[in-house]
Amino acid sequence: MSRDPVARGARQSRTGISDLWQAWWQHHRTSASDSLGRLADTPLQTLMTALVVAIALALPATLLLALENLRQLGDRWDSKPQMTVFLHKQVQAAAIEGFQAQLRQMVGVSSVEYISPERALREFQAQSGFSEAIAALDVNPLPPAVVVTPTAEAIAPERFEQLRQQIAASPLVDDISVDMEWVRRLNAIMTFGRQLVLGFAALLGIGVLFVIGNTIRLEIESRREEIVVIKLVGGTNGFVRRPFLYTGFWYGVIGGLLACLLVSVGVASLAEAVRQLAASYQSTFELQGLGLTGCALLIICCVTLGLLGAWLTVGRHLSAIEPR
Amino acid sequence: MIEFHNVSKRYPNGYEALAGVTFDVGEGEMVFLTGHSGAGKSTLMKLIMLIERPSQGQVVVGGHNLNRLRSSQIPFHRRQVGVVFQNHQLLFDRSVFDNVALPLQIAGYPHREIGRRVRAALDKVGLLDHERANPITLSGGEQQRVGIARAVVNKPPVLLADEPTGNLDPDLAADIMRLFSEFNQVGVTVLIASHDWSLIRSVGARVLTLEHGQLIHDGALV
Ligand SMILES: Nc1ncnc2c1ncn2[C@@H]1O[C@H](COP(=O)(O)OP(=O)(O)OP(=O)(O)O)[C@@H](O)[C@H]1O
Ligand SMILES: [Mg+2]
Repeated sequence: MSRDPVARGARQSRTGISDLWQAWWQHHRTSASDSLGRLADTPLQTLMTALVVAIALALPATLLLALENLRQLGDRWDSKPQMTVFLHKQVQAAAIEGFQAQLRQMVGVSSVEYISPERALREFQAQSGFSEAIAALDVNPLPPAVVVTPTAEAIAPERFEQLRQQIAASPLVDDISVDMEWVRRLNAIMTFGRQLVLGFAALLGIGVLFVIGNTIRLEIESRREEIVVIKLVGGTNGFVRRPFLYTGFWYGVIGGLLACLLVSVGVASLAEAVRQLAASYQSTFELQGLGLTGCALLIICCVTLGLLGAWLTVGRHLSAIEPR
Repeated sequence: MIEFHNVSKRYPNGYEALAGVTFDVGEGEMVFLTGHSGAGKSTLMKLIMLIERPSQGQVVVGGHNLNRLRSSQIPFHRRQVGVVFQNHQLLFDRSVFDNVALPLQIAGYPHREIGRRVRAALDKVGLLDHERANPITLSGGEQQRVGIARAVVNKPPVLLADEPTGNLDPDLAADIMRLFSEFNQVGVTVLIASHDWSLIRSVGARVLTLEHGQLIHDGALV
């Protein structure tokens, strides 16, 4: 019937593209503000739902932040692993010179430092407090050693291990001890921890989807009559869906802001204690907060979950509401 | 404008509400639909609105065979058919103005245009000074008129009314019937389901009579 508009008075007036665009935009604006208004009408319930969203995301965010801080702590300490290469005691000075030159030629070696048995003994005497006992020794029990610092590229676990084996192949070498091994262990543990936290976050995210879905399902239920009328006078599914999607969107925004607040308050309340602790170890380490990027990321996550939760629910429940 | 070709409707519970109904309402006609309670009047209207689908036969509205309409096209079909219900179906969480404006907002009319058309429709049904009221504060007859304003505000070529005067006193019922006649005079095709014989007689239009889902009479009232 749109092809043959009814004659006389009941002519359908045309709506142009720009009018439709304006109306669409208008409906987005009113949907957004209406949804927000509805949330404001029931502040307690809104706050509860948003708080659930906030806590569910603040928890993994805090854990990730803690891991990030640990990582930075490890970096500050010394992320460069070194090798102390112990040589057989009977190796002659000339051979040691040659070995050092050989090491310097190797790919992946940044610097080489020779520690003579005498120097090692002196340092040990100074540090250990056994100076008299050591002075009483008539032979130096310590072997000659060479400290090898790898280049930045050779720090990677496989390359580092390759280098270690290459050095160990020399007949002069008695034993190799790797310092700062713990840094790599810490990194491995943290990679694992990160994956664990992300898995945990995914579970909580699914929980958030359910919470938002349920809240929106209740709202759809309470607006059933309105939905029926809208469908009866020609509202499309998109039109019906829009306000509920905005409800999910707003839950995400409010929840995200709350989550940022929760994490920031947590960091702020710990920051002073951490600074004092670090100071007692002569460190200037400071607790890192979420920062602008972190906050933005957290809010984006919340909004995505809110929208997704709303979308899934609306899709399932709106089709069930039809005029009878 | 509205054609039924051998239409039957069997509800999922097996009850046959319409059986082999065939008729044709021309463009700009005004027709009454009568029959005992349970005869199938509301069912027939629901088929036109695509609230229900026929189990058999074709319904053609404005040249479109409704059987061929995809569900995504249903909203656009409904915008061409205004409906008035006995139980108004007004929304009590918004003003009279917003109730009447709803079809225009849905169809995407610009803001100014909405205001102009809503006021014109409310003026037509004599409720211009109630536009800010909540419909719950209005009388039954006034609510019915708000429902009519909403049904005609986007000037649909077809207007359906399911017992629009059901629980109104005779004077009000006559008023409302006069409104429908006026719409009909400007070219709207009007189909009214009603029990009210005296009213139908006073209008003197064509009458379709259903009995147990079958069309037993089509023509002027005898
Ligand atoms: N959804 C449904 N499922 C099953 N049966 C239905 C359904 N809707 C209506 N019916 C049956 O179909 C028959 C016709 O119903 P309909 O509402 O069309 O009658 P009507 O002529 O409008 O009656 P009234 O004058 O009382 O409104 C009735 O017997 C009713 O019980
Ligand atoms: Mg009925």
